[in-house]
Amino acid sequence: MNWYDFLLRNRSEVLERSVEHVGLVAASMAIALVIGLPLGIALVRRLTLQRWVLGAANVVQTIPSLALFGFLIPVPWIGGVGASTAIVALALYALLPILRNTCTGIAGVDPAVIESARGMGMTPRQVLWQVQLPLAAPVMLAGIRVATVISIGVTTIAAAIGAGGLGVFIFRGVAMVNNQVILAGAIPAALLAIVADFGLGAIQRSVAKR
Amino acid sequence: MAPLDAPPQNGCAIECRTVTYRLPTGPALVSDLNLQVNTGETLVLLGRSGSGKTTTLKLMNRLLEPSSGEIFVAGRPGSVWDLIQLRRGIGYVIQDAGLFPHWSVERNVALVPHLERWPEDKVRARVAEMLELVGLAPGQFAARRPAELSGGQKQRVGVARALAADPPILLMDEPFGALDPVTRADLQKEFRALASRLQKTIVFVTHDVREALYLGTRIALLAEGRLLGTYLPEEFLATSEPEARAFAASLHLGAGNQEVR
Repeated sequence: MNWYDFLLRNRSEVLERSVEHVGLVAASMAIALVIGLPLGIALVRRLTLQRWVLGAANVVQTIPSLALFGFLIPVPWIGGVGASTAIVALALYALLPILRNTCTGIAGVDPAVIESARGMGMTPRQVLWQVQLPLAAPVMLAGIRVATVISIGVTTIAAAIGAGGLGVFIFRGVAMVNNQVILAGAIPAALLAIVADFGLGAIQRSVAKR
Repeated sequence: MAPLDAPPQNGCAIECRTVTYRLPTGPALVSDLNLQVNTGETLVLLGRSGSGKTTTLKLMNRLLEPSSGEIFVAGRPGSVWDLIQLRRGIGYVIQDAGLFPHWSVERNVALVPHLERWPEDKVRARVAEMLELVGLAPGQFAARRPAELSGGQKQRVGVARALAADPPILLMDEPFGALDPVTRADLQKEFRALASRLQKTIVFVTHDVREALYLGTRIALLAEGRLLGTYLPEEFLATSEPEARAFAASLHLGAGNQEVR
């Protein structure tokens, strides 16, 4: 039996796991964006704090994903086996690229532009929303793109702690020593990552052109 | 609150009284500055790099706050002014123009009128008028992005933007400093005509003594954060003040070099 025969025969479960996978990624990215974007903006002018926060996010990023899932399981409230623990871990992973690119994107705006904006009588809020954020948007979007692609990849491992997603096929296939089952998870996951990367890249380019 | 263009009582648009600006780390960039800018004049702040001219300019629109002393604008102390209202009444042009790269020329010029919530048709008419004023055909330039302009054109747009809301005061920080000499001479010539026609109070920062003599109705000479004196252009070349002599000498040296070449 070929892997795509297997895929076709089990298409309803593959679809279900794919939806689960996308759901995990979407939930964790939503949390990471809600925390990361405002925090990144708040850190732009607080350089010492920025170093500490980025350092901490960097440490989190360095922890192997399976270990991070393991660390979170015993934590009360968020922990335990299942999707919620996985979402927290995935959000933590996505935080660094979003935070870092928000900070560097805004810091990279031409100081002459900011100075003239302030000098012409724009309020700090107007400078942020009308000047800094639009000009930093391509860099910020690049961070979101990287975070999304990482997230899709790490989510395959989330199946190990019972969160579901396409990783279920991969782990099952490894246990069964069955390549078709592995590929039924691995190929859709890889396709998801490629499509997300391509789509967000296109958005990023169109924003940069504006 | 009285508008910025209400006629000041003493004919003085901006007055610095014993103004000192000190960095948090200690050194004073401007020390004990007393300077009056008269309504309608073009006062040039002339000095070497690091003499405190740009700092002085930024103190006037409160991009920097004085460490001590007070700056009066239209007869009112700076600390009494609403910061945002004050800046919207003072046009500001800097060396790199500081145009917003993500906005069209039209939107850049319309910045302050938009912030002041002018009606849309009035804004559009004003933008066209301003672009004409600085020698750019609105039909040709209004829709362009700053990246599609030459250095000289950017500076023209910068001037149009600064003048758009018709502020009584204009601050200019080496606006022609980054231009090639031919473009620079064109803009200087046009700007001089414009300044005498518009009757604005202008404070103009430069380190170029030729530009100071050509554009200034009065020259304030700064060195190491201190005001050495103010001179009419014809007085400047005759004074015995050593720094003024040094600038005057550079004028001749420059001419000499050009002859040798």
